[in-house]
Amino acid sequence: MDISGIISYTTGVVIMAGIYAVFSLGLNIHWGYTGLFNIGIAGFFALGAYTSAILTTSAPDPDLFEDFKFGGDLPALLSFLDPGIDLWFFVALLAAGVVCGVVALGIGFITLRLRDDYLAIATLGIAESVRLVFLNEKWLANGSKGLYRIPKFMGDVVSAENYEFLYLVAVLLVLAVVYLAVQQVIKSPWGRVLKAIREDETTAAASGKNVFSFKLQSFVLGAFIMGIGGALYAHSVRFVAPISFDPLLATFIIWAMLMVGGSGNNKGAVLGAFVVWGIWTGTQFLPGFLSDPNFRLFMIGFLIVAVILLRPGGILGEERRVSRAAQEREGAAPSEL
Amino acid sequence: MTMPGCMGGWRWGVAHTLMAIFLVVMALSFLSVIRLELVVNGLLIGLIMAVGAIGLSLVYGILKFANIAQGDFMTLGAYMCLFLLGTLFPRMNIQGTGLGPFTFGYPMLLALPLVMVVLATLAIGLDIGVYRRLRGRGVSTVVLAMTSLGVAIALRGAVQVLWGGETEQYPRLSRQFYQAPMDVRIPPDGIFIGLVTVTLVVALYLFLSRTRMGKAMRATSDNEELARVSGINTERVIWWTWAIGAALAATAGILLAVFQAQLLPIMGWRVLIPLFAAVILGGIGNPFGALVGALIIGVTSEVSTEWLSPSYKPAVAFLLMIATLLVRPTGIFGVKS
Repeated sequence: MDISGIISYTTGVVIMAGIYAVFSLGLNIHWGYTGLFNIGIAGFFALGAYTSAILTTSAPDPDLFEDFKFGGDLPALLSFLDPGIDLWFFVALLAAGVVCGVVALGIGFITLRLRDDYLAIATLGIAESVRLVFLNEKWLANGSKGLYRIPKFMGDVVSAENYEFLYLVAVLLVLAVVYLAVQQVIKSPWGRVLKAIREDETTAAASGKNVFSFKLQSFVLGAFIMGIGGALYAHSVRFVAPISFDPLLATFIIWAMLMVGGSGNNKGAVLGAFVVWGIWTGTQFLPGFLSDPNFRLFMIGFLIVAVILLRPGGILGEERRVSRAAQEREGAAPSEL
Repeated sequence: MTMPGCMGGWRWGVAHTLMAIFLVVMALSFLSVIRLELVVNGLLIGLIMAVGAIGLSLVYGILKFANIAQGDFMTLGAYMCLFLLGTLFPRMNIQGTGLGPFTFGYPMLLALPLVMVVLATLAIGLDIGVYRRLRGRGVSTVVLAMTSLGVAIALRGAVQVLWGGETEQYPRLSRQFYQAPMDVRIPPDGIFIGLVTVTLVVALYLFLSRTRMGKAMRATSDNEELARVSGINTERVIWWTWAIGAALAATAGILLAVFQAQLLPIMGWRVLIPLFAAVILGGIGNPFGALVGALIIGVTSEVSTEWLSPSYKPAVAFLLMIATLLVRPTGIFGVKS
């Protein structure tokens, strides 16, 4: 592979890692800060990606497709605005987030009042149901063949061979915005309540916090971010099919990223995404069984168990202080949380 | 929430519910609203699910966490049986298919108990290596469930490393379906599936109600602390629970592979939703509730194919679970904690 090939390959890896980092941040809100066990990330991943893809592709040619009918054609719809930047892209990202948020609201409303692990089982069910709907409702999403010709963000600005760099910048910008927003939210009093709930629900409730409501808000916010991640994925790969969202690459690996990076730490969540995705793509060049995808699947599971057993905090561990106010008082009195 | 201490109460509850469901289903089939064949198929699938779900419910009741790895225990059991039937036994000159009316041969009768023992041992090993350490650290049940997700991924990875990702099959002889009255066709191995599950359920019932260890298990499920101060060795109880849960998972996996006439690494992950739906429907920690739950789920999802695409079956199970959570979160036989 020549130099330009390597650069292009690396760009692709970084784009994907950046997208995974968005998911990892969403999962960090669920698990890292609130202790919500979501094992159906693939569902929100698919829902976000499909929402954006369905909204932005043009309606299919009825001569070529029998059952497949739907296409939102958002770029044409919003072309009258034309501020010089593809506005539809951001509308699609937000729409993907909102759809995921609404689904999370429904599922959270039913399960978050009950035992902790009901949520896990329900998210698993949502992931499977979402997959089945997109697989079976051909009019909506073209069944197992999936959606292609998903439009490029600012596709006409640069030439095709340099497009990856532009999208890389876009992904990193969205990631930065999401990161700063999550960081801000977590450092707010609202974020402190989440951590209080995670540590001790009864105490949080006794302090007058509506535990159910806070959990629900956290679950919706995390799902919203995952929806954005899904949309970023759709416009990067520009092809989505039910098979794109298998539990390994759409749920398990994101768990490994968060656990390795450091759950309860946003920097850790981003770092974990880059580290694990780097290892995942890097190991395919190794000789022998190390590059066997099945062995790497085993290692993902092994990694999760090993981190929980040996280093529950991951690489970075949880930030001990979340309050800016507490940080400012640091000189006066060292305070724990 | 857990198994009530008095056996009489739920025994009659379960029997009455089963009778009521049976009568309703028979009435509907005689009115030709639903095809009886679908009901019979649903009952067979329900019985297979029940074996896995009973194990899941036992572990849930005593260890208090959702064992996400139950499905992949099933996969592993099915593949270990494949190793015995397809590789090891033929070398020892133990082979044959078409025993009596069945598709498989007598080696299956050796392989089944052997795999149960191996998987039970493996589960105890996992408890010593992983779960016991976490219990000692006093982590929350959600972290235990998270760990079991890691175990599930690692188990599936191991299966794929050892056997590859392709579809496999036990050595089998193609057989005709039985032609029963009312246009019902029963698969050739249906009677075997029924015999094995009924034997196991009766054995488990006798174990839980008549033996010292069974009573200790029920006591631990009701109130672990109280059980421990009463002199019950709860660590021993936990080992027995793992062993029984894994042995049942192995059986369920093998029966599923026999029934579907194929093995796939993802087969166990795919049945997690119906498994958990059955457990929740029957009331967590109530093994015989899980049996009824599994039968209801099996029949409902099978009958739903009359109107829905068969691939929606897991979604039907999921909807049933959500309906249970909305109407009666403790399950049909659950007791408020």
